[in-house]
Amino acid sequence: MLESVLVANRGEIARRVIRTARRMRIRAIAVYSDADAELPYVAEADEAVHIGPAQPARSYLDAAALIAAAAKTNAQAVHPGYGFLAENADFARQVIAAGLTWVGPSPEAIEQMGDKIRARNLMEQAGVPVSPGTREPVTDVATAVLAAERVGYPVMVKAAAGGGGIGMGAAADEAALRKAFETARSRAERFFGSPEILLERFVERARHVEVQILGLADGRVLALGERDCSVQRRHQKVAEETPSPGVGAALRERMLAAAVQAGEAVGYRGAGTVECLVDADASEFVFLEMNTRLQVEHPVTELVTGLDLIEQQFLVAAGEPPSFDPAAVRPTGHAIELRIYAEDPVRFLPGPGTITEWQEPAGDGVRVDAGYRSGNTVTPFYDPLMAKLCVHGADREQALERARAAVAAFRITGPKTNLPFHADLLTSTEFVSGDYDTSLVSKLRPR
Amino acid sequence: MAEVRAEMVANVWKVIAAEGDHVDDGDTLVILESMKMEIPVLTEDPGTVTKMHVAEGDVVQEGDLIATIG
Repeated sequence: MLESVLVANRGEIARRVIRTARRMRIRAIAVYSDADAELPYVAEADEAVHIGPAQPARSYLDAAALIAAAAKTNAQAVHPGYGFLAENADFARQVIAAGLTWVGPSPEAIEQMGDKIRARNLMEQAGVPVSPGTREPVTDVATAVLAAERVGYPVMVKAAAGGGGIGMGAAADEAALRKAFETARSRAERFFGSPEILLERFVERARHVEVQILGLADGRVLALGERDCSVQRRHQKVAEETPSPGVGAALRERMLAAAVQAGEAVGYRGAGTVECLVDADASEFVFLEMNTRLQVEHPVTELVTGLDLIEQQFLVAAGEPPSFDPAAVRPTGHAIELRIYAEDPVRFLPGPGTITEWQEPAGDGVRVDAGYRSGNTVTPFYDPLMAKLCVHGADREQALERARAAVAAFRITGPKTNLPFHADLLTSTEFVSGDYDTSLVSKLRPR
Repeated sequence: MAEVRAEMVANVWKVIAAEGDHVDDGDTLVILESMKMEIPVLTEDPGTVTKMHVAEGDVVQEGDLIATIG
């Protein structure tokens, strides 16, 4: 088994990885920037290394600083968490070249899935359904206009190397496309260092449902159920649940089988997620993208399966079998995750600040994965996720009830929080009915 | 005289308007960046930019003055 791991991340996910590492008696090494020295994950690690100033480019995105920190602390492995360098194939290669164990899939798998155009083409060849779209990168607006006519409006415009919804935009006609294309291209260059754009048919009334996969050390790929991530603002998830209220048994079976095919097509090892768009009325789905890392919303899968996904990541990385019998996984009950962001609950604009009060809810079926505590400052340098409030219930109704009580009991003073939004969400007719799609947030918060 | 202030803690990513520029309602003065989001700061008053109080790379606090429109 691994003896030590450097966690190349911050906030709640660093804390989450450190918790499992310590339970498994793996020495956990945290890294932190100037902005994060006081955060709980730094204190909870066995060791902590300062890696640079607050700006991500000079700390959590600085591969050389991270690898130097691993060398200095004699770390045996690197866990990247999500975001930052988690899906950077070059970083994975550097980690491996330094003689360290990379807790993640192979650099080749990251590369194949990281380019959304290659990933789509590969999935199509592997027999996984994809929506109509471009098979070659689009880099100029004239080509984009021609491609959109072929694909058919409305189209979704996104960066081929992108993620996190950054620069993504839908266009219903040529004028809108020209605008969306320019936005996507400038964001793509700035955030991802590549101007390559992908156009896809935009599915208007769709649910966003993803499948958790786990590639084992012996080469088998497992599908561990789905998560519904249709509650989104600015193409970013705000709440997730499992099982999806919009996916019946037959559709689930097909989606899980397709996700396994997707993983097998790239020889996937470790935890990964196959994201799909689902047309619930037609019981159809198409492949959207694959995330070659642990997801933010992994706790809902853990709550219904009883598994610790980070433990499985460590076991796979060490070449060992999983801690459970794959044939005996039986998801039970219903789980919901609410992302508690430091943002205003109406327009969702950032609201960083110093936390003067932080009181987490507790109770049956309640789990809070938090990155902060009272006295910490939420700074403008990183994403706005402060905590994930997760609940588990025997059924969806009980999970909803527990979620409402937990939201009401969660007290955060200082930064702005979207807790009032979650209170509205959990009592909205659409969310409560389960019959909702990715347009839900814009209906709850019309401009 | 109108004052445009920051609505949140943020970094000044881009300064779009310059002193002496004529601006109309809805024009972008600067683009702030906070928590991985770009936030354009617009003027609600037409006029001439008499003073830009921030430069690219600055950190602004909620309520800080960004520009004065005359």
